[in-house]
Amino acid sequence: MPFIEAQSLCKEYSGKQVLKNINFKVQNGEIFVLVGPNGAGKTTLLRILDLLEEPSSGTVLVDGTQMNYHSAKHQLVLRRRIGMVFQQTVLFNMSVFDNVAYGLRVKGESDKSVKQRVGEELELVQLHGFEQKNALALSGGEAQRVALAQALVIEPELLLLDEPTANLDPRNVSIVEEALSRVNREKKTTMIMATHNMLQAENLAQRVAAFNEGRIERIGTFHEIFEAPSKFVLDFARLENVFSGFSRVTGEGTSLVDVGDGVQIETAFKKTGNTTVFVRPEDIILSLNPIVSSARNSFEGRIVEVSDLGAIVRLKVKAGRDFTVQITKRSFNDLQLNIDSKVFLAFKASSVQAA
Amino acid sequence: MMHKNFRIYGFTMENILLELLLRAYQLIFSFDSEVLNITLLSLRVSGTAVLIGALIGVPIGMVLGLRRFSGKQILMRFIDLTLRSIVNTFMGLPPVVVGLVVYLLLVGSGPLGSLDLLYKPAAMIITQLIMVIPIITGVTMSAVGSVEKAIREKALSLGATDRQAAWMVLREARMGMLTAIIVAFGAAISEVGGIMITGGNIRWHTRTLTTAIVQEVNLGDFNKAITLGVILLSMAFVINLALTIIQLRGPKR
Repeated sequence: MPFIEAQSLCKEYSGKQVLKNINFKVQNGEIFVLVGPNGAGKTTLLRILDLLEEPSSGTVLVDGTQMNYHSAKHQLVLRRRIGMVFQQTVLFNMSVFDNVAYGLRVKGESDKSVKQRVGEELELVQLHGFEQKNALALSGGEAQRVALAQALVIEPELLLLDEPTANLDPRNVSIVEEALSRVNREKKTTMIMATHNMLQAENLAQRVAAFNEGRIERIGTFHEIFEAPSKFVLDFARLENVFSGFSRVTGEGTSLVDVGDGVQIETAFKKTGNTTVFVRPEDIILSLNPIVSSARNSFEGRIVEVSDLGAIVRLKVKAGRDFTVQITKRSFNDLQLNIDSKVFLAFKASSVQAA
Repeated sequence: MMHKNFRIYGFTMENILLELLLRAYQLIFSFDSEVLNITLLSLRVSGTAVLIGALIGVPIGMVLGLRRFSGKQILMRFIDLTLRSIVNTFMGLPPVVVGLVVYLLLVGSGPLGSLDLLYKPAAMIITQLIMVIPIITGVTMSAVGSVEKAIREKALSLGATDRQAAWMVLREARMGMLTAIIVAFGAAISEVGGIMITGGNIRWHTRTLTTAIVQEVNLGDFNKAITLGVILLSMAFVINLALTIIQLRGPKR
């Protein structure tokens, strides 16, 4: 029997369908990862599973029992078996220890066991020694690790994670990922995690659900989904540089797509009218000086986000619009790049693909 | 006295201010008994008004801030909306209007005339109380409302009961409640129109710093007016400083 099962879940907000007929089963001890663009419905699904929102129709079964969104008692019992880490870190204005202890204290656990459990979880997220600090004085990464410890301290059977590493630097990401795999390995905790990070999905997930516009497009192992991809999944895996705008044909037989914020992207195809184009991150060349090359597209920008994926580093560069660029760790170090570094981007018109 | 007042016109602006400040502090530290009386009455009236106002306004603000209504309870939502709008409107209540209404209630021939409170500190406290309750309620309401969703969901998701989650929301809004009290005290201590009408600015009885300043300006004694102004400002500063220190003590870095 699956640990948790969603049957034809639908959610509607004032006429807008956010979730459309969601069905899946997650086995005990499985890590199930939801991938997909912002606004695809991942957060809403997680909130429904944490009983914070009620589905418009459909049911959720936990251990074969239907979730009841109207009985406060039933909700309380279930919530004490389910942990959730929110995308926006929310901590209480009290010490780190008290923050982590909260989930145990509301259940009336003894001080002795609270002390021991909190200690264990802080050890797990490598925040030993932070007990007496005020939680609001922590850095973003430390705060998110406290939030993880808060959710883990109640020893949930199911852990829901909403992009838990979205705003973290590489070191914090690896601490969180390590803690998650350890908990899953040692305690057989079932996890459902939303993420944008494909490498994280590949590393952690037993199965992946590809979300788009409120629907699950595909479910399978990471490799099933991403190695023989449909055109949709392909776009979506490379989703970072997708731009829409009005395209017009130039005198040279190329097109210029005005994607807003002063950015015009030149493409090798001819098209007039509204269009969506995408550029693979690895097709974008990054340098510290203006690039003299045959590339028809070049932009100046600043690095706004760095994510370390091991041998490669993914950068978000703000050049009018946001571009995701991928370079090797070695180049990253050689160029001494950092957040806010000024960089130049270039890519060929022929690298721009119509979606 | 007049001679000194005329003399100040011969100074440059900086010198005037400096001299006035010096005289103000001289007067303060000479412990002029009337000035002391005026200062203490100001503190007593505004302090009492804010204290009682907090006892009434904070709980109302908490309830309004915590209240959530689902889509079906249209009537409740309407009542809630109306209450909030009333609170927000009354936050900007002109003190003179409050003073006028309180006066009409307390005057000998008025409905509460038999209580014989007019031209007494009690009448002034009532006036300022009516003024600060909406301020304290409104600021508390928005402080609670601003953390309500995130904190409640977080607490519930960690296994708190509804009651435990509501308590946590209030706990997290505590700095906002302190802000409410600071704002209300600032409004009360600097208020003049209302207590002038209901207190009557009677020497030794209902004269406060603000009403005394108006009086001294009318009489042309700018020295004394400025002295009282300096006392008023210094007092407001010290009290705000203390409250701000409490507020900042929150997260230890």
